[in-house]
Amino acid sequence: MRVNAPPLISLHSASFGYAERRVVDGVTLSQGPGEVIALLGPNGSGKTTLVKGLLGLSEHLGGEVALFGTPLEQFHDKPRIGYVPQRHSLSASVRATVREIVEIGRLPLRPWWRPANATDSAVVDEALDAVGLRDREREDVAALSGGQQRRVLIARALAAQPDVLVMDEPTAGVDIANQRILAQVLATLAARGTSMLIVTHELAALRDVVTRIVCMDGGHVDFDGSPADYQLGHRGHEPGGGHHHGSPGSVGRSDGLAAIVTDTLPSREAQS
Amino acid sequence: MSDLLALDFMRQALIAAVLVGLAAPLVGAFLVQRRMSLIGDGIGHVALAGVAVGILTGSMPVFTALIAAVAAAVGVELIRATGRTSGDIALAVMFYGGIALGVVLISKSTASSSNLTGYLFGAILTTSRTDIVVFAILAVVVVGVTWVLRHRFFAVANDEEYARAVGLPVMGYNIALSVLTAVTVVVSMRVVGLLLITALMIIPNATAQLVSRSFRSSLAWASLIGLASSVSGVIASFYAETPSGGTIVLLAIGTFLVVSIVSGLVTRARRAAHDRAERHEHEHGPVCGHQAIPHGGHVDYLHDGHRHAPHADHYDEHDAQAHPAPQDTQEVSR
Ligand SMILES: [Zn+2]
Ligand SMILES: [Zn+2]
Ligand SMILES: [Zn+2]
Ligand SMILES: [Zn+2]
Repeated sequence: MRVNAPPLISLHSASFGYAERRVVDGVTLSQGPGEVIALLGPNGSGKTTLVKGLLGLSEHLGGEVALFGTPLEQFHDKPRIGYVPQRHSLSASVRATVREIVEIGRLPLRPWWRPANATDSAVVDEALDAVGLRDREREDVAALSGGQQRRVLIARALAAQPDVLVMDEPTAGVDIANQRILAQVLATLAARGTSMLIVTHELAALRDVVTRIVCMDGGHVDFDGSPADYQLGHRGHEPGGGHHHGSPGSVGRSDGLAAIVTDTLPSREAQS
Repeated sequence: MSDLLALDFMRQALIAAVLVGLAAPLVGAFLVQRRMSLIGDGIGHVALAGVAVGILTGSMPVFTALIAAVAAAVGVELIRATGRTSGDIALAVMFYGGIALGVVLISKSTASSSNLTGYLFGAILTTSRTDIVVFAILAVVVVGVTWVLRHRFFAVANDEEYARAVGLPVMGYNIALSVLTAVTVVVSMRVVGLLLITALMIIPNATAQLVSRSFRSSLAWASLIGLASSVSGVIASFYAETPSGGTIVLLAIGTFLVVSIVSGLVTRARRAAHDRAERHEHEHGPVCGHQAIPHGGHVDYLHDGHRHAPHADHYDEHDAQAHPAPQDTQEVSR
């Protein structure tokens, strides 16, 4: 990692929305390499709109937005952001194997006329290994459980070898046992230095993975700090809880991460 | 068969049948995936207006039909892209306006009604040599382009939002697929007919879904079934003196019915023979500590004296009968 590398994501009083309706207003935020940010907030607080704004799926209505130091409007290297959308089920209109879905992740990296080569297939193997689905690569995705399908989508994003993973509610609608497996996958990725921006309203499952918490309400950021400070000062949006804000302070990486990460996964190919 | 091939028009008809039988299901696979199975039918309606204009003005109906169909195809995608709920109505106006205009215009021409029937339901045996050459070239282009772009069409149809987020030109691929559909409809109109072509695009895919385990293999099966129905339909229609289009579609439907009954029985038998590992919260993997035994195209994990193989969203008990004996020595007797 170069010193003085620009932040992966940087927003300065940025606004996003749809058809001139501002859903996210005046958000200032920046994510550095290696950070795993949980983006919390109640429904309708603008978390998803913000994430979609970074991907060009919602409109950028004001303020400054830069990705890897390039202003959003001039940013074209889109596969550098690995998007894991919120999906309750993968399309079952036709048969598709786990591997076929993950292979989609490689497509934006090569011109339309070039077929997949050995590198593509090796990276797909690696992505399947990272989410623990290599042994199910030939299964029909529609036959998998919700949590397994979420891992397929994470593998699809990883196949593009992104510099940051952006996930929308990866644990929503997933049972506890599968949430644990998902959290393990994310912890392993974090230990490999993968930067992540995770929209979620279930912090519990990801507590040991995140290094920083950003909380949104009504289209604004109302907390930005370490998980420890969040615990102390921000009673969050639980019903009846007051809105005390702890001072955003030093980032303390949670304990327990090292304990979870026992897998020896192939190292992610270095991106220059 | 050799006497058939000795006939000049029959050779032409069979070449056309091969190309249409390949192209229609290949393009149709992505329409099924996008849940737009019937769009080819609508485009066919508009193509009829093009045919009518061609007959009236004395130009080649193939070219006027092609122009009308491609314009309709682009229109379909532009209307869909607006995402309005009134989009359906706009499509209905376009499709039925097309067929109504076609019928009215043809009634004003000197062409006989059997001529109209030929376009609607297929009449390969009365098609001119020039038309066949044009169809053949177009069909080869359709098959080639669809084959080269198949992964991208698959990606866009599978998850449009993701495709947009990673920078694939979604609108471009959607229009390309729609135009390929239009060309397929026109290419097929003399073999299968404008009103029946959608059946040849969709039904072989429905059959292929029953026998395939991946999108890749379903593409191959659909093309094979389409090709077989199309060629055998043309031959049958020659001997039985029936219209080629209807014969082809009936054969495709017959195949679908037979395959769905057989595959239903096979699935039931498999499910009965299938031995699922009870309550299994643990997730096996390369580093979970349980010994992995790769064999016969899958992996078993040695788990408390059992061999567990991943299947769908769960684990199966290894079935010594269903799998050929592995090369390894750890075979566990059950
Ligand atoms: Zn295990
Ligand atoms: Zn087991
Ligand atoms: Zn099973
Ligand atoms: Zn086995």
